Amino acid sequence: MSPDLKPLDAPSGVQGSKVRLGDRIFSNLTRGAGIFVLLIMASIGAFLVWKAVPAFQNNTGDFFTTQQWFPDADPPIFGIAALAFGTAISSVIAMLIAVPIAIGTALFIAFFSSRKASTSLGFVIDVLAAVPSIIYGLWGLQVLMNHMDGITKWLNDYLGFIPLFNNEIGIYTKSIFIASVVLAIMILPTISALSREVFLQVPRDHREASLALGATRWEMIRMAVLPFSRPGIISATMLGLGRALGETIAVALILSAAFEINWHITEPGGNTFAANIALKWNEAGPIGLSALIASGLILFIITLVVNMIARAIIAKHKEFSGANS
Amino acid sequence: MSVMYKEDAEVLEGLSSQLAMRTLPRLGTLYSALIGAALAAVLVVLTPAAGIAGSLVIWYLMYLLVQSVWSFRIEGRRFAVDRLATTLVWTAFLIALSALVWILISVTIRGLSAFSWDFLTGTMRNVSPLREGGGLAHALVGTLLQVGMAAAIAVPLSILVAIYLVEYGRGKLATLVTFFVDVMTGVPSIVAGLFIYTFWVLTFGFERSGFAASLALTILMIPVIVRSTEEMLKIVPNDLREASYALGVPKWKTIVRIVIPTAFGGIVTGVMLSIARVAGETAPLLLTTFLSQSMNPNLFTGAQASVPTFIWDQISSGTPASIDRAWAGALVLIIVVVMFYALARLVAKLTAPARQ
Repeated sequence: MSPDLKPLDAPSGVQGSKVRLGDRIFSNLTRGAGIFVLLIMASIGAFLVWKAVPAFQNNTGDFFTTQQWFPDADPPIFGIAALAFGTAISSVIAMLIAVPIAIGTALFIAFFSSRKASTSLGFVIDVLAAVPSIIYGLWGLQVLMNHMDGITKWLNDYLGFIPLFNNEIGIYTKSIFIASVVLAIMILPTISALSREVFLQVPRDHREASLALGATRWEMIRMAVLPFSRPGIISATMLGLGRALGETIAVALILSAAFEINWHITEPGGNTFAANIALKWNEAGPIGLSALIASGLILFIITLVVNMIARAIIAKHKEFSGANS
Repeated sequence: MSVMYKEDAEVLEGLSSQLAMRTLPRLGTLYSALIGAALAAVLVVLTPAAGIAGSLVIWYLMYLLVQSVWSFRIEGRRFAVDRLATTLVWTAFLIALSALVWILISVTIRGLSAFSWDFLTGTMRNVSPLREGGGLAHALVGTLLQVGMAAAIAVPLSILVAIYLVEYGRGKLATLVTFFVDVMTGVPSIVAGLFIYTFWVLTFGFERSGFAASLALTILMIPVIVRSTEEMLKIVPNDLREASYALGVPKWKTIVRIVIPTAFGGIVTGVMLSIARVAGETAPLLLTTFLSQSMNPNLFTGAQASVPTFIWDQISSGTPASIDRAWAGALVLIIVVVMFYALARLVAKLTAPARQ
């Protein structure tokens, strides 16, 4: 779409330059709504900071390096080290699993399936994206976990020399690894739907030109499609990452919350910012609430940065990649 | 009419065999799979493999190997790579699809086993977690009220924002609003709940209630509706606006009477999709409401259940009966979400402008 396709402004009144009263009220109303949205975003930050202050004031540990979480003890001691570790590692593993599969799925739907199948498959992916996270959590806890023993044991037996896959206690349930697999399934449709949209924006001429020059289908994808849609794929990935970082319920259901940094991700344990808030919320005292809000503030800032980077990439490449969602 | 001489035919044949590429036989994929299976069987017998799943993985890898080597010998590197990539893309798609099918089948089978008419009409009042029975009528009512209230706040606000962005917004403010609406789509739902709690409960001193939950859901709905409405307003033809201006109709009236009605179907579709998106949200409701086991049709006071928090509560109870109820609740929730999705598609279809 060319940039000047915005609707025309109405001539502002035929007699003189006076704007009609109705117009003035209406335009101010809509501008007010726009400003209100900015206000909401600003006040999310402001209120979280304000209500997190008591936690920072009373904490006797270092907020960033302490692994324990005893905000309601006397004196309170807590920190986000374990939460940050769990959030980061579960999201990274989820991305490692989800991104290749998601991009493959998007490529399949865009270029390998018939046109008719392509539309309905797109709908299927949308439905997968709409399945609520509590259902993923329930499924992960009740169904998937029973089928994960084989692979985690195998990882321990043959790749156990890598600390990540080493499992010393012989229990393979409620682990970060299982949570990551569920997270991967959850963010897969998000990344896939966005990438597919980007693939469909690649100009037909580019694709047909490369095929006409004798390229195989894969060469067409590698030389015409992927370079064109790289910014779109990157931002789709970042948006998926944002979703993984902030996912609460599925992770809270699967992990057996522990406040320690444990590199053995197939052992039970682990915790994330979001899951910890949901799990500790109803038992928290005043400082406990404040501490949870403080951890939520950190989560908010992290997801904000990730999303802003994604959006900035889209905005920067808008001219040639019409990824407008 | 030309007569084909024998020599010519021979020359042509030679040419075409030079031009035509040597390719794998039509059933090459099947042969590769069979040879791969044979190799895999040898490997599995020779080495102690990890069960059925492990054998299948080995088979898959052998298949990739056989196909690639064969294709490389006959068709050359480029086509071997093409075949490999095609197989990998198919694999990715099948993995994604099987995950979806697995989840949907689990929810359907386990959900149906505990589902009954009484489950839809009953509540959990005086039902012990250990006992079977009970229902989620109270949770359905709660979800309906909370999501309805959230929509009542979010829809007008979001449509105004979209109108601002499309019809009025020029310059820095509009860029800023567009950017932050986009960023807002990425706000984790639990942060929305935290914000409403700090704002509504901690600062203004209201109690946790269904209405607080609605406010949290509103924050999640706004960016979705703004984006979809914006897209819809953008595709309203400029001719309509200009014709209206030419008749001397003021701009605001043009928007309200011409532009919005034209885009109405699309706007409704977007609203439905946003409802489907937030109806299953659990995290913000856990922070902003107390869970009730009985009917509470009052959004503003007292504990109020909702379908997602009902499921959460049943999972937390952890008894066999309550896990069954959780699955039945999951089935109901999926049906609700898919219903709104289908409704959105239907509205989109019914109101789509006739194609020329």
